[in-house]
Amino acid sequence: MPESTLQAGTIDELLRPFPPSPASVIPLLQQVQTRYGYLAPENLARVAEYTHAPRSRVYGVATFYSQFRLSKPGKHVVRVCQGTACHVLGAEKILDELKEMLRIEEGETTADGEFTLEVVRCLGCCSLAPALMIDNETCGRLTRKRVGEVLASWRGKDRA
Amino acid sequence: MSRVTEVSIGLATCGIAAGAAEVHSRLVSSLAGHGLPVKVKRVGCVGMCYNEPLVDVLSEDGTHHTYGHVTVKDVARIVSEHLVAGKPVEDLLAPEDGFFSRQVRIVLENCGLIDPESLDEYRARGGYEGLKRSLFEMTPSQVIDEIKASGLRGRGGAGFLTATKWGFAARETSPEKFVVCNGDEGDPGAFMDRSVLEGDPHRVLEGMAIAAYAIGADHGYAYVRAEYPLAIERLEKAIVAAREAGLLGEHILGSSFSFDVVIKAGAGAFVCGEETALIASIEGRRGMPRRRPPYPTTAGLWGKPTVINNVETLANVPWIVRQGAAAFARYGTERSKGTKVFALAGKVNHSGLVEIPMGMTIREIVFDVGGGTRDGKAFKAVQIGGPSGGCIPASLADVPVDYESLTQTGAIMGSGGLIVLDEETCMVDVARFFLDFIQKESCGKCTFCRIGTKRMLESLTRICAGEAGTNELDRLIDLSRKVKRHSLCGLGQTAPNPVLTTSRFFPD
Repeated sequence: MPESTLQAGTIDELLRPFPPSPASVIPLLQQVQTRYGYLAPENLARVAEYTHAPRSRVYGVATFYSQFRLSKPGKHVVRVCQGTACHVLGAEKILDELKEMLRIEEGETTADGEFTLEVVRCLGCCSLAPALMIDNETCGRLTRKRVGEVLASWRGKDRA
Repeated sequence: MSRVTEVSIGLATCGIAAGAAEVHSRLVSSLAGHGLPVKVKRVGCVGMCYNEPLVDVLSEDGTHHTYGHVTVKDVARIVSEHLVAGKPVEDLLAPEDGFFSRQVRIVLENCGLIDPESLDEYRARGGYEGLKRSLFEMTPSQVIDEIKASGLRGRGGAGFLTATKWGFAARETSPEKFVVCNGDEGDPGAFMDRSVLEGDPHRVLEGMAIAAYAIGADHGYAYVRAEYPLAIERLEKAIVAAREAGLLGEHILGSSFSFDVVIKAGAGAFVCGEETALIASIEGRRGMPRRRPPYPTTAGLWGKPTVINNVETLANVPWIVRQGAAAFARYGTERSKGTKVFALAGKVNHSGLVEIPMGMTIREIVFDVGGGTRDGKAFKAVQIGGPSGGCIPASLADVPVDYESLTQTGAIMGSGGLIVLDEETCMVDVARFFLDFIQKESCGKCTFCRIGTKRMLESLTRICAGEAGTNELDRLIDLSRKVKRHSLCGLGQTAPNPVLTTSRFFPD
């Protein structure tokens, strides 16, 4: 059975705790993304149906906010901070380092499906700049060596 | 030697990122191994992020010893030498560097000292006394008068008088009103709100409840950005605990006042820090601002009167009600009262969270509190206020930190990001960094912001690459002024500030 069909059947249990109104669109998309890692087209349609919001509006919300993803990510999402403090302390080099180690550009996923590389504006961890976040864990005071160690420790790990 | 009673570990995002979670678990297992009856407490961020992970040891006689940069390996020595044998490990102690001596802690009075997940610890330090006093000793208008007398101004950036905002909403007769806590701390380089939410979440809830009582609201929303999962988790726990204790919900503390708070997690959009965009986002729409008036205090969330206050503003409120307006107004300058929390970062020795009385100069913050620039490099400028603010050069370092003085330089107070730049930082690169940020975060609703910032960025890029035509800089400045004047919301109106201040103070 294709994965998408499977999802359409199970998403309703995620929706039910929320009132079926357009105000629930964002928390619902967050729920769906937390569960599946991204927002599949049929799930966007189901959220629209459930909240009585036009599909165009749900799609508009999903593409407006940077948190939402419309394609399937790798097992772990690496979010490299490019905030001000990180920027002046060499965040660009850390990003280049990651691109080189993972052999992907930002927004892409490694061939083995382990890591997706994303850029984030500020993790609020400025005093430990440069910083990155893997899934929900923040790592600071990054150096070239440390980036390699962090990736190695997450490779093969299950998603938290 | 006095017996050790309590060990605290900073477990805010910054501490965890530095490895505090591993230190915590090693400490717990090590204490269990020794069979020591010492309480291990998880606290928020005390502000000394440059020394993370931090372990604070409290003795029976009330003395503290703070260990900095603690590694898992250090735990064995701290336990056997200090906790068992009673002799502090001198070479692991964080050096006494004057970091706290010039700070005044109002907003941060509990941060890093209490367990943020313990309602009892918050109450033991006067928590919810402000709410109690409001409900049983004051009328709503007396609460507003108290805030007015304190001179408290919005800490989100613009510095609007908090009591005036509350007064507008209070006089509306709508049966339904809302209080919204703006925790969409989007300025890259700012983390004050995250630290307060992670380190002292009840304080923000108490501030919201007092605001709600003052304006006559019974529902509140705490809008927290999605990049702060730990802040959301701690706030959630605090809401549950407050409800169980009768501090939120129906008939708070047996009074006739009812108020409850729901968390809304942001979804990643800088513009949602703007209040009308934030409202759109809570309502489930794209976060796009609209024209004001009507202001949210008249027609806000779902068209109802709504007060939107920043996290730090709300965190000041319980203290003011508890200690009185006069105690608050004792700090600061004539028109900027109280304190301001800054997230000090960049090329500075003591990067972390600091709270200083208004009126302190930039130089004092950077050198006396911040310990000066790293590696003794020459201090060049500070970037204050993030993408809406600007760069203040070293030559103006004696400018006092208050709303008016900072606005005069072309920067703004902003929400509290303070990035120190040294001789190696390229000022044009910093200006371009912010412009690139704003251009990507522009919501696209109005033309000046959507296209103007794009053209500005292209122009600045040409200047950086040495491909500028004649008059390129003049045209950039001209366009900047137009974007500033004609954009719809604060994002566009302040977007040119980094470019304008940089061109003013660093013309070459």
